[in-house]
Amino acid sequence: MVAISAPTPPAPPRAKGRAARWAKILGRELTTVAITIFGLLLVTFLIARVMPIDPVLAVVGDRAPADVYDKARLALGLDKPYWQQFATYIGKVFTGDLGTSVLTAQKVTDDIKTVFPATLELATLGTLIGVALGVPLGILAAVNQGRWIDQIARVIGLIGYSIPVFWLGLMGLLLFYAKLGWVAGPGRLSVAYQDFVTPMTGLVMLDAAMQGEWEAVVDAFWHLILPASVLGLLSVAYISRMTRSFMITELQQQYVVAARVKGLSEWRVVCGHALGNALVPLVTVIALSYMHLLEGAVLTETIFAWPGLGRYLTNALLNADMNAVLGATLVVGTVFIAINLFSDILGRLADPRAR
Amino acid sequence: MSDHASSAHVTWRAWLTTTSPESRRQAKLGQLYRQWLAFKKNPAAVVGLVIVLALLLLAALAPLIAHYDPLAQALDQRLLAPSAKHWFGTDALGRDIFSRIVYGTRVTLVIVMLVVITVGPLGLLIGCAAGYFGGWVDTVLMRITDVFLAFPRLVLALAFVAALGPGLENAVIAIAFTAWPPYARVARAETMIIRNADYISAMRLQGASQMRIVLKHVVPMCVPSLIVRTTYDMAGIIIIAAGLGFLGLGAQPPIPEWGAMISTGREQIFDQWWVATFPGIAICVVALGFNLLGDGLRDVLDAR
Repeated sequence: MVAISAPTPPAPPRAKGRAARWAKILGRELTTVAITIFGLLLVTFLIARVMPIDPVLAVVGDRAPADVYDKARLALGLDKPYWQQFATYIGKVFTGDLGTSVLTAQKVTDDIKTVFPATLELATLGTLIGVALGVPLGILAAVNQGRWIDQIARVIGLIGYSIPVFWLGLMGLLLFYAKLGWVAGPGRLSVAYQDFVTPMTGLVMLDAAMQGEWEAVVDAFWHLILPASVLGLLSVAYISRMTRSFMITELQQQYVVAARVKGLSEWRVVCGHALGNALVPLVTVIALSYMHLLEGAVLTETIFAWPGLGRYLTNALLNADMNAVLGATLVVGTVFIAINLFSDILGRLADPRAR
Repeated sequence: MSDHASSAHVTWRAWLTTTSPESRRQAKLGQLYRQWLAFKKNPAAVVGLVIVLALLLLAALAPLIAHYDPLAQALDQRLLAPSAKHWFGTDALGRDIFSRIVYGTRVTLVIVMLVVITVGPLGLLIGCAAGYFGGWVDTVLMRITDVFLAFPRLVLALAFVAALGPGLENAVIAIAFTAWPPYARVARAETMIIRNADYISAMRLQGASQMRIVLKHVVPMCVPSLIVRTTYDMAGIIIIAAGLGFLGLGAQPPIPEWGAMISTGREQIFDQWWVATFPGIAICVVALGFNLLGDGLRDVLDAR
């Protein structure tokens, strides 16, 4: 069969086409986000429904008389059909009401506001460490493909994929805190400094710096560095592996040959030309590794007694504090979606062809 | 004698590597043999295979290898340092850590196997259905997949365990619930390529039912990629299961689960380092083995 090519339609005016395309892309992304968030809500709602814990008992206690129990049940809306309960749940979530934590007797939203910055601090420094080590390692491995440095990068990658983060954290504490005494122990600040720093942003180092408590800044840094490095090592594995494969693809392109023929130094060819193009997919990879660090933080925080979202979640889990569990899960899921969306858009912005 | 043996060897090789096989079985065995040759050339992959085989052997022969009962407490032997008698020392209840690690291979294998046999077929079916039928089936199934992918795996598994209650079976269910989306993605991508192949059109022209085409002609083609994906995933499954065990939400005491063992060693980490250290090394070695094996299998089975 011979395909008959239709005459190509005249190209639309450039500026208008660009705006329309962006509107279309944005529309599609936002639809995806809306559907995913709906799914997220549905999953957390269903988890709450299959819970063997009676939510009414959690409110009124074990020994409540029958009429009190029934009243509480009505107040919680548990007599209504599921779809109606689900609608109420969605309405509450969108007004920022995630219920009350049994454990802290506070609103889950308020709890999360206090613990989230600690996790953010940890995951951010972890990602920075991951990028600072992983990107150069990946570049070196790609440039020296097949040689010893490539092998080392491969081994680091494999180890990063094979070590349980909570064990690595314990070993880190054992070695660098107990044996060598290089870093501070669990927690975010030594007891001595705890009263000096009033939480403002919730990021301890930033708060201390803003209040001019420089000793506290240093103390906070030594508390932060070990858990952040443990997390960072995980993302070094992923980031270096991906950087290597992107760089190898770029270094095989014609423009690299052209740049070399032009007589540019190897440094400019690799870091100027090839890396510039590898950055586009790398942005997505870094965003993804940031997401995984938020997840890794759940276990790391338990080890380091780090008062973040992860420890809040695990504490709530062990005490069957369901509102807190679902609230924390929902927040982590939403952050995941947001980072995904952000990296998609950033990736498009970084790509000159899409601009 | 040796001459005869080597000539027999040569004939077998010739039979396996022939370019004009006479039967389907010969062609199939020949392909396997060539893949094995390619696999053998990769030392890292062979190391991975050895580790995984050693794991299987340890699990099978656990009673012969461990000198102590993994559950037997001996309070007069608490927290002994590693020695000739207790290779990896003893824990807070006087149990021999080496024996517990050896028996722990069984727990690890049970978790991994249960997750894989649940997740593999589920992901395969969802992915193949989405890829083959396309249209709204694809949209709906992939949206569901996306929702599950939007969750961090560990956090979702935690939420499921919280709902179902702690325990080995529930941990397996929770991990399986969170592990299937990547499988569905891989199977869908494969199916999208396969469904336009000529042999599928030929089947359709012969009047084969949709069900038959999907189950007998699409699904088998997706299996190699899924095997690769599964091998890779085993390391992840082991680590997540250990994480659940560590948090006290997976296998319950006194089951010798490696993650839970690390958790019990946490209190003594600064004084009796061996309690938490050895189970962690066991997890690392096994996870590394599966990762290396997965790498090697990918190069052989999934040449794209």
